[in-house]
Amino acid sequence: MNQDDLLRRVRPPSWKNPVPQSVYDLAVLGGGPAGFAAAESAARQGHSVALIERYRLGGNSLHAGSIPSKAIIGTARLFAAMGHGGEYGASSSSKPPTDFAAVMARVRRIRTRIAEYHSIERCRARGIDVFLGDARFVGHNALLAGESPLFFRKAIVATGARPRSSNIPGLEQVGYLTSETIFDLGGLPARLGVIGGGPLGCESAQAFCRLGSRVSILQNDPKFLPHEERDAAELLSMSLSRDGVETRLNTTVAGAHVEKGEKIIEAINDGLKYSIAVDEILLSIGRVPNVEDLDLRAAGIDCEPDQGIKVDDFLRTTNGDVYAAGDVCMALKFTNAAESSARLAVQNALRGKAERQSRLTIPWCTYCSPEIAHIGMSVKEARERAISVKSYTVMMQDVDRAITDGQDDGFVKIYVREGSDSIIGATIVAARASEMINEMSVIMSAGIGMRQLANIVHAYPAQSDAIRLAAVAYVDGAPGIHAD
Amino acid sequence: MPRPLRRGTRRRVRHRLPPLNPPVSAAGETLLALPDDALLDRLQRAAFGYLAEYSNPETGLVADTSRGGSPCSIAVVGFALSCYPVAVARGWVSRSAAAAQTLKILRFFSESAQNDGPDATGYKGFYYHFLDMQSGRRVWQCELSVVDTSLLIAGILTAGCYFDGDGNEAEIRGLSDALYRRVDWQWAQNERQTVAQGWKPECGFLHYGWEGYNEATIVFVLGLGSPTHPLSAASFAGWTSTYQWENLLGQDVLYSGPLFTHLFSHAWLDYRDIRDVFMREKDSDYFDNTRSAIAIHREYGARNPRGYEGYDRNLWGITAGDGPGNRELRQSSRDRRYFGYMSRGAPYGPDDGTIAPWAMLATLPFGADIALRGTRHLLRTYPQICSNDRFCSGFNPSLAEHGNAWLSEGWYGLDQGLLVMMIENYRSGLIWEITRDSTWIQAGLKGAGFEGGWLSRCR
Repeated sequence: MNQDDLLRRVRPPSWKNPVPQSVYDLAVLGGGPAGFAAAESAARQGHSVALIERYRLGGNSLHAGSIPSKAIIGTARLFAAMGHGGEYGASSSSKPPTDFAAVMARVRRIRTRIAEYHSIERCRARGIDVFLGDARFVGHNALLAGESPLFFRKAIVATGARPRSSNIPGLEQVGYLTSETIFDLGGLPARLGVIGGGPLGCESAQAFCRLGSRVSILQNDPKFLPHEERDAAELLSMSLSRDGVETRLNTTVAGAHVEKGEKIIEAINDGLKYSIAVDEILLSIGRVPNVEDLDLRAAGIDCEPDQGIKVDDFLRTTNGDVYAAGDVCMALKFTNAAESSARLAVQNALRGKAERQSRLTIPWCTYCSPEIAHIGMSVKEARERAISVKSYTVMMQDVDRAITDGQDDGFVKIYVREGSDSIIGATIVAARASEMINEMSVIMSAGIGMRQLANIVHAYPAQSDAIRLAAVAYVDGAPGIHAD
Repeated sequence: MPRPLRRGTRRRVRHRLPPLNPPVSAAGETLLALPDDALLDRLQRAAFGYLAEYSNPETGLVADTSRGGSPCSIAVVGFALSCYPVAVARGWVSRSAAAAQTLKILRFFSESAQNDGPDATGYKGFYYHFLDMQSGRRVWQCELSVVDTSLLIAGILTAGCYFDGDGNEAEIRGLSDALYRRVDWQWAQNERQTVAQGWKPECGFLHYGWEGYNEATIVFVLGLGSPTHPLSAASFAGWTSTYQWENLLGQDVLYSGPLFTHLFSHAWLDYRDIRDVFMREKDSDYFDNTRSAIAIHREYGARNPRGYEGYDRNLWGITAGDGPGNRELRQSSRDRRYFGYMSRGAPYGPDDGTIAPWAMLATLPFGADIALRGTRHLLRTYPQICSNDRFCSGFNPSLAEHGNAWLSEGWYGLDQGLLVMMIENYRSGLIWEITRDSTWIQAGLKGAGFEGGWLSRCR
């Protein structure tokens, strides 16, 4: 599979936009996860749908986000495991040199393969009219898709977000990578400086370090992943540093310049200035919504440059016929949040429902080793709402399967409303926390409490048994209650 | 409190270094032969000996460690000030000598440079974490430390409460009061809800976060009790809103990993039966919480998930302290990583097999049987951790070189000071008795929302 196969699926060079229908039930702006989910959902329900994409179907998730990053993390994990082969009795423990071209070829192969599920053909087969080109509102219920005028009863804006740029002096001149460009690297940088300690920064720092780059990560905050709880962030710090990433917390980047062919990052920590020489800089300081070229004002849609399109709890914009979904309007900029919000917006826009985005329970995960996943309320949020909460913690080092797998870093914490067995959230740090958090998602959606959970039989041994063990701890501590 | 471990600064105070791996099995055996009270007396007196030996004769500043070139740590001075009443009560030092030594220290802090220059002793009533042993000025470009100043101020208030006589003792009371009143806690809030951890003339306030429980309760109690520049009433609630009540290894606990965080505030404050809002909600108190933390450390020692040498239900004590240095080794087909000075914790880690030998004994007031059983087991198994009857800061039996387990060189002042106070709190409750009488501490506890027990009997 090559680049042609990818383009054939997501932006065929010979593509011709269809002749627009007189009016569409739904116009969807953006062909990423949110736009694709919205278009599919509406088409499945028998509505006429126009989907407008300015670049390639699949969005950031397929081309520069979840898929390529997880592909490269897959390779990086293998490299890390090979480095520890001796612990498992594997004869060779030395890490082979990295064939970076092969690593990136694998990334592209995977991207192309998965693109089939987001292909233009698939849209057409479902009756969706796909328009490739820029979308721009020209009225309350009208827009231009490329050159084609297009009328709609309802619309959903799902144009996503892009990496935030920075005003660090000199950085533009020095040149830097973002999550959108790092997967186009032709060779493994010997030294990589990562600015920003959020999920993408941490994932990239660890992956490139494992592949053989010498990585420094600079984070303005006192901890990585500021939205995660202290114990999770500290475990990640330890893990990054164990892999050899130079972690620099509480560090401000004051500037960048080139000196003798090297990129120099100027940093300040507690008033002490120092510089770090690198070959490439990855800027990863968040994402900003794509709203600039949409002429939102023409449709009466309000937006904030930083937060994106203003929506109410039903995802409706200030134009009652236009909704928004995904990164362009949500604080949680994740693929699953984009898809679930898009389906909700379709229900509200076309089916007259009044579903609230605040009722969505959206798990998320940072794919470092160990992975850090969260769902529902944090303890801090619960306390802010005056909800008395108790965490039931099981350390992965006490879980049989985690021990046998040699993956015993981390923990499962289930947050329970005190005086009840009701689960309000969970944080999981584990090798495959992304898989385990999905069990929590089912548990919470089904309204299963700790007492019932303690008696649900799990496969043994399995790392997800940690979830049941947390419930057993609840039952053990609750007077007069016993797990059968 | 993780601190940098650096060398090379000028040092003239006298010091005695123990041999690296001293042949102390005989001494260990002698110690073990003693009945509990005699054993405690000997270890307590030796610990106090550090504070006297490693102090500057003119200023009374106490060295952070016994190593050559060590600067003064202001927190250690706070511990030392609190230990002189113990020494008087135990008959190791005359009351007048103790008062003279205390006065020397208080005069130094009263008269030393307080300004925003880079080499002052302090600013806004706070002090730099590390001071030159001779000049008493800031070293290492270290931070103006809110936590360490609090430990120093706790010692200053302890001295002010204890010395209730005339002459020198009256001057001690006056200086103690003035030094406390001078601390500008409001300034340290930096117009936020909670307190900054530190400040530097080079960059202003440090923005390290305060998330979750740690040793800082005493910061808020002292800050809220101030009659001059108190912390805002909401500051403590701001911090405790980040607390997490947790069921962990069979215990309900307000978790914090390093053992010292469950001991430092407790060395001064009698938390028995007094509760703030959080603890009332959880039907616990900070004293019982330390007991739960100890139970977790013991359980972790028994489970020993990383398979470290020596760990046991009776050999535990993972906390902040010296360590073997950063290195990665493959030992018996296991990849292991060791660290230098750092804040270690259980069960979340970091844990590299380094145990603080003093830690079990420092938990004495929370369960004497457990603390003594562990300490005796430790002395029996690894007698080298105790030289001149003093415990070293850390040792690591998993890291043996030339047949000798790694052992931290010399002694650390914080460990010795904490031991003197905790042993005394167990033996007589003297420190708690003194601080219970402090009107400022009473006011601070009440300001933080503490109620019940002995506090309800204070007007």
